[in-house]
Amino acid sequence: MVIMNEQPSAADWTESAYSLFKAHRVAMIAFVPDGGLKRLIELCQHDAEMRAVTLTTEEEGVAFAAGAFLGGKRAALLMQSSGVGNCINMLSLPRVCNMPLLALVTMRGEWGEFNPWQVPMGQNAQQLLEASGVIVYRVETFADAYPTIEAAIMQAFQSRCRVAVLISQRLIGAKNFVRGDR
Amino acid sequence: MSLLNRREALRVLLQDRGDLLVIAGLGAPAYDLAACGNESLDFPLWGAMGGAAMMGLGLALAQPQRTVLIVTGDGEMLMGLGSLATIAAQRPPNLRIVVLDNERFGETGQQLTHTAMGADLAAVARGCGFHYACTIREEGELVTLRADIHTLQDVLFAAVKVSPEDLPRVLPPRDGSYLTHRMRAALVGAEGASEP
Repeated sequence: MVIMNEQPSAADWTESAYSLFKAHRVAMIAFVPDGGLKRLIELCQHDAEMRAVTLTTEEEGVAFAAGAFLGGKRAALLMQSSGVGNCINMLSLPRVCNMPLLALVTMRGEWGEFNPWQVPMGQNAQQLLEASGVIVYRVETFADAYPTIEAAIMQAFQSRCRVAVLISQRLIGAKNFVRGDR
Repeated sequence: MSLLNRREALRVLLQDRGDLLVIAGLGAPAYDLAACGNESLDFPLWGAMGGAAMMGLGLALAQPQRTVLIVTGDGEMLMGLGSLATIAAQRPPNLRIVVLDNERFGETGQQLTHTAMGADLAAVARGCGFHYACTIREEGELVTLRADIHTLQDVLFAAVKVSPEDLPRVLPPRDGSYLTHRMRAALVGAEGASEP
C-alpha cells in the first residue's frame, strides 16, 4: 500500500528565488521538474516577461544557458539532485567557454529520504559539481535562502562562474510514500 | 545518384548568409564551417556532444530578431534527440537545425551510426512537433532549403544526406573564451561583450 504524504511546501525560499530572478534580469529558466521546484516553476511560467523551457534531461539546460549567454540573456537551470549526474560532460561547455552558469538544485537523498535510489546522487551531488568546476553554495534554512541565492547570482554573472545552489531537503521537506514510518 | 559532398552542401547553404548566426557541432561540421570562412558570427564546438541544438535554442530565444542556424552531425544529434522535443515545444521561429548526415561517427573511425541502421532524424523531428522537417539528397533541394532558412517563420529541421568521405580537416579556433567573446562582441558590441 502506497500513500501520498506531502510535507509543507517550499513556498518561502521559492519567493526569494523568484524575486531575485526578477531583480537580476534572469529572464529564462530551463528545468526538469521536482516537487520542491513546483511553485518556482509556476511563478516563472505565469510571468509574461519570463520564458520557461521544459527539458527532457538536465544537460540540455546547461547548453541552453550557454546559448542564452552568447545572445546576451541570463538563464537559470532548475533541477533535482539526481539531475546533476546528467550534466557532467555538458558542464565543460560553460567552463571552457568562460560562460556563467546558475543552477538551483533541490536536494533529495540527504534528509529522511525514503527512496534509496535518490541517495547516490543526493550524497554526491556536491563533490561531482565541484569536480566539474562548479562552485557550490548551500541553503539549509529559510533565512539562508535570499542572501545565498543572491550571492550565487552575483558570482555566476559578475565573475562568470559556474555556481550551483543546493537547496537542502530539510528545508523543502522530505517526501514519504510509505505507510507506517511516521 | 551520388551523395552530396558535405562541405559543398554547407557552402551552398551559407551563400549570401547575411547576419546568420551559426553554431557547428563538434567534428566534421565544425571543420566544414571553418572551411567556409571562420566568421565572427560562427561558433564551432569542439565538445559538448549532444548540446548544439539546445545551445541554438538559448541563442535563438535571446536574439529573436536574428536567425540562428545549427549545423551538426548525425552522431551529435543522436546524442541529443530529446532536445528536438524541447525545441519543438518552444517553437522558436528563428531557429534552424541542419544535420549533415553521413551515417557515420567520422572522428572515431567511420563506425556506422543509427541513421545507417534505420533511424530517420526528420521523422523524429516531425514526431516531436516540427512542422518543417525534411530529408535532402540533391543539390537543387539545398537551394530551396537555403531560401527557407532565411524566410521561414517557424522552426526548421533538415537532415542532409552526405557522402561519408573523410575530407581534409580545417581546424577552427579551439579557445572557447575567444569564441564566446567573438560572438558576443559581434552581437552586442565589444564593450557589451565584456559585461556580465
